[in-house]
Amino acid sequence: MKQIAIISGKGGSGKTTVSSSLASIIPQPVICDCDVEAPNLHLLLKPEKLEEGNFYGLPKAFINQDKCIQCNKCIKFCRFEAINSDYQVVKADCEGCTVCAHVCPVTAVEMVPNQAGTYFKSATKYGTLFHAELNIGEKNSGKLVALLREKALEEAYNQKAQFIVIDGPPGIGCPTIATLSGVDLAVIVVEPTVSAVHDMMRTVELCQHFKTKYGFIINKRDLNPSKVEKIRAYALQNNIPLLGELPFDPVFRKAVKSFTVPAQFSPAIREDFRLIWSNIENMLSQSKQKGDRL
Amino acid sequence: MQLVIASGKGGTGKTTVATNLAWTEAYNQKIVFMDLDVEEPNAAIFLKPDFYEQISVVKKVPSIDKEKCTFCGKCAEACVFNALSVLPQNVLVFEDLCHACGLCKLVCPFKAIKEVDYEIGVIKAGTSLKNQILFYEGTLNIGETSTPEVIAAVKKQIRKDMLHILDAPPGTSCSVIEALKEADFCLLVAEPTPFGASDLSLMIKLVKNMGIPSGIIINQWEKGNNLIDNLAEQFDIPVIAHIPFDTSIAAAYARGMLFAEQHPEYRRLFQAIIPKIKELIKK
Repeated sequence: MKQIAIISGKGGSGKTTVSSSLASIIPQPVICDCDVEAPNLHLLLKPEKLEEGNFYGLPKAFINQDKCIQCNKCIKFCRFEAINSDYQVVKADCEGCTVCAHVCPVTAVEMVPNQAGTYFKSATKYGTLFHAELNIGEKNSGKLVALLREKALEEAYNQKAQFIVIDGPPGIGCPTIATLSGVDLAVIVVEPTVSAVHDMMRTVELCQHFKTKYGFIINKRDLNPSKVEKIRAYALQNNIPLLGELPFDPVFRKAVKSFTVPAQFSPAIREDFRLIWSNIENMLSQSKQKGDRL
Repeated sequence: MQLVIASGKGGTGKTTVATNLAWTEAYNQKIVFMDLDVEEPNAAIFLKPDFYEQISVVKKVPSIDKEKCTFCGKCAEACVFNALSVLPQNVLVFEDLCHACGLCKLVCPFKAIKEVDYEIGVIKAGTSLKNQILFYEGTLNIGETSTPEVIAAVKKQIRKDMLHILDAPPGTSCSVIEALKEADFCLLVAEPTPFGASDLSLMIKLVKNMGIPSGIIINQWEKGNNLIDNLAEQFDIPVIAHIPFDTSIAAAYARGMLFAEQHPEYRRLFQAIIPKIKELIKK
């Protein structure tokens, strides 16, 4: 069973376009939307919820006003300025570190569970989808991603699924790192723009840092053909597999506008993704090589 | 004034709007620009600052004195972030997991823990447009998870009495919340697509939750596409500008150029933004 994560560094490069399209042509994958802060996959996959569960971030501090003697120790030791002058914990700022509970001389601080969001297991036309909603203003998105990954893995084993397709978030921070944890391949979607290439290089560094295999898909290639050439040259120079290229074509917007997976909207796009998938399969089946790239 | 440019959805045009707005406004007054997309900062590509300084952003992490340590394990047991692992004759510190809360140092019965600086990122300071733009860029070190801490460090450079344009990262959680703290106004850049509308709804809820007045800039807008205008009306958020879908804008962007510089007709669009925001804030 192989896990494939679609990431980009740069936002708006086409991760959800790619992940939804691949999921629609791979035989019954388990699908995971790890962009928990701004999820979009569900808009194309039209999930029917099967199960849902609470997501708990770290417990947060709560000060019992009856016990509190206002000695100022908690305020003094809190590194996150999460306790106001009324000795009330500002939940949004509380990191759950428990320092206040530790220093309080009268055990007035309790750590209480914090429901930070909800996760869902849903049925879709193309496979079981794991997705989530983070409550407004909540943090811990990385932890929620880790939970979804765990659920997806468990389901994949139960179903004897061969592939898990993971739609990643933009950026290279906490939620992206949780997205990449233990994946067999990171597919980096790159647009041919100065910004996207700059971001791609940091994403490559991230994959190297975590020793994750990676390859490129160049999206919206017609936007800037000379930049596409530069990306191809860079990939060749650095032994980075080019898994495929996609055109800058209004049909992608039309597909999304009609809430349809792009590969299912147009036969030409479907062919592009078939080729991409065949390249991915080849890459996954190759024997392990030195270093962190194939 | 602290003006934060955010979106929720990636790729809608935050940096495009922020940099073009900064460039246009800098002709009226000296401004501060902060690139708070510390995971993937791009604004320098467009504003091309001359950097004069680079400073390290650090967090405090534990350092164990092996002479004093008895490997009792109390520090690891106490740490909720699993940043410490105590072995029979060694203690491992996972700096990237450490939240710098100081608890381990407090619980150690043998005073064997002190705190040392650990670099999580860098801030670069520079100037653009003949010193009219004071430019700050935060960059998170690869593999680190402390995005909000680097954003907070950049924001420490905020000074009074100047217009600050803050380019926020995508997303709707920790990083964006940190970027939005203390903001006077949030400009939400939205694209008129189903993904754009979905993510915009989340952002509107966030800024309302944080009590920050906001307005919307619709990017890549085509006449007749009222998706975002309708959403704005539904949520009672003003639409401040419509930037049309224009391949010349896309081409300038792809090449790292400011389209307001290349196309004077767009300068007027950007010149109108700050006055509109000031009016909205008054209300």
